Amino acid sequence: MTVARIDARFAALKAEGRAGFVTYVMAGDPSREATLEILRGLPAAGADLIELGFPFSDPMAEGPTIQKAAARGLQSGLTLKGTLDLARAFREGDADTPLILMGYLNPIETYGHAPFARDAAAAGVDGLIVVDCPPEEAGPLTDALDAEGIALIRLATPTSDDHRLKTVTARTSGFVYYVSVAGVTGVKSADADVVAPAVARVRAASGLPVAVGFGIRTPESAGRMARVADAVVAGSVLVDEGAAAVAENADPVRRVLDKVRSLADAVRGARASQMA
Amino acid sequence: MNAPIPNSQYAWPDAEGRFGPFGGRFVAETLMPAVLELQEAYEAARADPAFQAELDQWLEHYVGRPSPLYLAQRLTDHHGGADIWFKRDELNHTGAHKVNNCMGQILLAMRMGKTRIIAETGAGQHGVATATVCARFGLPCTVYMGAVDVERQAPNVFRMKLLGAEVVPVTNGRSTLKEAMNEAMRDWVTNVADTYYIIGTAAGPHPYPELVRDFQSVIGKETRAQMQARRGKLPDACVAAIGGGSNAIGLFHPFIEDPSVRLIGIEAAGRGLDGPDHAASLQGGRPGVLHGNRTYLLQDDDGQILEGHSISAGLDYPGIGPEHAWLHDSGRAEYRAATDQEALEAFQLCSKLEGIIPALEPSHALARVGEIAREVGKGGDVVLNMCGRGDKDIFAVAKHLGVEL
Repeated sequence: MTVARIDARFAALKAEGRAGFVTYVMAGDPSREATLEILRGLPAAGADLIELGFPFSDPMAEGPTIQKAAARGLQSGLTLKGTLDLARAFREGDADTPLILMGYLNPIETYGHAPFARDAAAAGVDGLIVVDCPPEEAGPLTDALDAEGIALIRLATPTSDDHRLKTVTARTSGFVYYVSVAGVTGVKSADADVVAPAVARVRAASGLPVAVGFGIRTPESAGRMARVADAVVAGSVLVDEGAAAVAENADPVRRVLDKVRSLADAVRGARASQMA
Repeated sequence: MNAPIPNSQYAWPDAEGRFGPFGGRFVAETLMPAVLELQEAYEAARADPAFQAELDQWLEHYVGRPSPLYLAQRLTDHHGGADIWFKRDELNHTGAHKVNNCMGQILLAMRMGKTRIIAETGAGQHGVATATVCARFGLPCTVYMGAVDVERQAPNVFRMKLLGAEVVPVTNGRSTLKEAMNEAMRDWVTNVADTYYIIGTAAGPHPYPELVRDFQSVIGKETRAQMQARRGKLPDACVAAIGGGSNAIGLFHPFIEDPSVRLIGIEAAGRGLDGPDHAASLQGGRPGVLHGNRTYLLQDDDGQILEGHSISAGLDYPGIGPEHAWLHDSGRAEYRAATDQEALEAFQLCSKLEGIIPALEPSHALARVGEIAREVGKGGDVVLNMCGRGDKDIFAVAKHLGVEL
């Protein structure tokens, strides 16, 4: 399946006339078991695509929320191999929801490009986002992923001009992740009006659906972004919800999935309310 | 080991910023345009004689260059081998080699129209040098420093504040140089439009390893001319301590194509290379990707980066500049290590014999220079880069020696 699963999902969303909702969770935060329960609950709660973070000791592009989540993931003993095990366990119960791994390059370098691509495909992983691997450095990794049909999802940003977009969107598939603000995850937020023309530019340059992330924290902001993007990504807000639940001795699985439901409803209702 | 580098053909990095398989530009996409803009601006500045002329003026009248090449006669007599020379970069304004690079980079930043400067610092020497040039040119300056280092290097924190810089303590991980660099990267990605990041060592995404090397190469160029003038020959060996490796590459680079000159870098062996508590990336690590470049890193089996340890806050970084990784693999340079204890002993020996209190960083090179001088033999010349003075370290050394100040 692999990248075909991403394409099928975006085709279905287009047919439904609505934006997709992408949820991010960090492997091992707060535990391996909780992550698997969350993963299994996400599709029913309204996630159309799932990003599964694999922890790295030095997450240079993350704000405090994801930094702490990565530290908790490592504390739980989650390695890249352990993350692939989680992916496989999720995939056993769900054949349709695209699963994208997200993280930093060094654990993949250590694993080896080809073994990683092979094991990831076997685990049912459909795409990969590597924060610190720009197109200039992505050649060997892309070769390995292409051989297994896994999409290397690229990031476009407010600093990507038209010239840069050509480089960014070469050799990519699945969708493009538009980082809506120049900054780290979960801190600043962008206005949908500002993002709209950028999304259109990225869509035109890539010919692919565009998912918008960074700084989407409320049903309102998710709904506004869903009117201009092909998909909306929520990450830090879900990680914060899980961490808050743990701090309050509440059930992080339930709290995260409740939050997903409220955001997913807003995404699903966005274009309907626009038309009304 | 690969084949030795042929003479007159050393042209690393290549257009992609690689030194053999090392280097590159492994940064978040938001930063790619900034990194490419910097490369373009640096290439233009390097080709502009007016830029170099202005830098030379500042180096002469503000930094105090050229620094002397000093024959350390009593240390030479003590070790009983080749003549040992100190390249006196500890006499620079601000007390270390770091200012050579900061002066070059701030002139570049202003040329690019950037209005805000950020930096990371470990021992505080690079932070002080950055805060100094920012004060001189009137640019706001934010320095990220691990909270542990803020404590270890309190005098330098105070200096930076006197110079008008904002010092931000970073509390993640082991709260030292690696985390400070992560946080500086996060600032840069957030404020990329107006902010220039002065990286303090010859590492990071291309073009930093190249431009920091070029700005530090004044050390080796002067050494070459001074040794020619004093001895009518080149040195037989150049020795320098290595954390990220900027002072070492500055000394080595002008000699890379002279095969008669041995280039020897000294890594921090901390409590010993056989345990986990050291910062010797080349001798105890393996290649990987961190902080924008592919290089040797201390890391675990999952590719998670380990924390380096050294008595010297300027050396406890788990990586090394990519050009050193290449000089190591190609066999052009040799790399050895010195423990905390050996550095402490060398620190005291140099103070007593030469009347020069060295920083803990060059104390690592001092710990190996005796054996190197004996290997080279009488009549030979060994140059050690005295890359920093020890004033900042006297409190830490006193503590290790059990002395209360």
